[in-house]
Amino acid sequence: MGAGEKNEPPVAVGAQATPALAAEGLTLSWDGEHVVVRDVDVTVAPGEVCCLVGRSGCGKTTILHALAGLTTPMAGRILLHGEDVTGRPGRVSYMLQKDLLLPSRRIIDNVCLPLVIAGMKRAEARGKAAPLFERFGLAGCEHKWPCELSGGMRQRAAFLRTYLMGADVTLLDEPFSALDALTRVDVRRWFVDVVAELGLSALVITHDVDEAVSMASRIYVLSGAPAAGEPSHVAGIVSVDRVASESFELTDEYLAAKRQVMALLG
Amino acid sequence: MARPVTTAAPTRARRILTPLVTILALLAIWQAVVAVGLVPNFLLPTPVQVVQALVEDAPLLASHLVTTLAEAAAGLAVGVALGFVFAVLMDRFEGFYLAFEPLMTISQTIPTVAIAPLLVLWLGYGALPKIVLVIISTFFPITVSLASGFRSVDPDVVDLMRTMNASRWQIFWYAKLPAATEQFFSGLKISATYAIVGAVIAEWLGGNEGLGVYMTRVRKSFSYDRMFAAIIVISALSLALMKLVELVQRACMPWKRAERNNNER
Repeated sequence: MGAGEKNEPPVAVGAQATPALAAEGLTLSWDGEHVVVRDVDVTVAPGEVCCLVGRSGCGKTTILHALAGLTTPMAGRILLHGEDVTGRPGRVSYMLQKDLLLPSRRIIDNVCLPLVIAGMKRAEARGKAAPLFERFGLAGCEHKWPCELSGGMRQRAAFLRTYLMGADVTLLDEPFSALDALTRVDVRRWFVDVVAELGLSALVITHDVDEAVSMASRIYVLSGAPAAGEPSHVAGIVSVDRVASESFELTDEYLAAKRQVMALLG
Repeated sequence: MARPVTTAAPTRARRILTPLVTILALLAIWQAVVAVGLVPNFLLPTPVQVVQALVEDAPLLASHLVTTLAEAAAGLAVGVALGFVFAVLMDRFEGFYLAFEPLMTISQTIPTVAIAPLLVLWLGYGALPKIVLVIISTFFPITVSLASGFRSVDPDVVDLMRTMNASRWQIFWYAKLPAATEQFFSGLKISATYAIVGAVIAEWLGGNEGLGVYMTRVRKSFSYDRMFAAIIVISALSLALMKLVELVQRACMPWKRAERNNNER
């Protein structure tokens, strides 16, 4: 099986360098009273894919909104390449389980949306996006409507749009868990490859342990029950030995990491 | 291939023929009822007489139709423009929404027939009271459909656009406005028919031209065949307007065709 034969050097590279994304002592609340998430530290090294995994209702989306700058935390700060971006939207790109493609725009115009919003002319934006369709597995879809694409293709388009937001750090909220099982595996693998190739960093937030283990090199396990008055915190960090294998999902390394994550989730 | 288990959608021919046959049958019954004498002819003209009246009076009807159509179109245009402005304000300012939303609902319950005489009293016998009545009756469906259309936008889309640093105007233009198109056109379709009806009702109450004026005249001369002819013209006009709205909608929402094709597959 070639177990551990080709371990990527995941953390070591970025360990001493400035992290691409760092959350320090993040404490969040929905309404300014009830604390949902307490004292969460997360770092993502440049070029790394990390996961934040937790049960439904543990405050994942609250964290995502804070990291995206859509809300301001009660305490703590968010650093992007060392720069404080707390409460400032538009610095990291983000992508949700819902592809959020606008039904009224063709794929190429959906994908170009961040460029057009930033003030670029439509023709110029199209020219910039068009060469990327091939690499994102979307060749031939440029002028289709979103409804004409399969779920997997729509997520690819959503990711291309995310990429064109121009930020090198991407937040993903359960990006591929709505797809059917086989598509999901393919798209996740494709995603990890593209992220590496484009030199991006990504933080995937999910409740799906398989999604976490199959994509991340490090997994932050979040535990707690905010609804019961017990704020979530990071219960542990699991490193994943990403062995190069056709079916990583069947290796011992994969299962070992999955077991650890599930133990931490409790 | 095996017989499909699900019931297939009726064929195009069947969809057209079935209602057509029904209408023809009803017309035949109507003709027979009057011909046999079950209903006296001076009270109810036969369909054949109605068609004759329609043909005879065609030039006259056409000139009245132009007047009515002009009033309806002017009123509808102003109604849509006003409705748009109101809906945008309601979307933009929470206070404006809270202030006017109940008023909108209440005002929709006021029958146009009830205010028409007042408008004629205040604004005279010219085109103005007709246009104002059309504005009043079309404004509300447009405003309500647009306002709820704007609100139907997925809040996650708005969040996503905020992370792209989109301005309020850009969020409106790229997300909210397209999200509202479908409901807007439903509202417009209703408004188009209201516009014709509104103009005709206002014409009943006074004026020199228009299908409503024509109807009042022929009623006074007991030419009920001409009454029916006018009714047919009004129906046809409303249908034509609805069709026109549909065509405009198709041109404005090209993605709908793709969605329909997708569903049929």
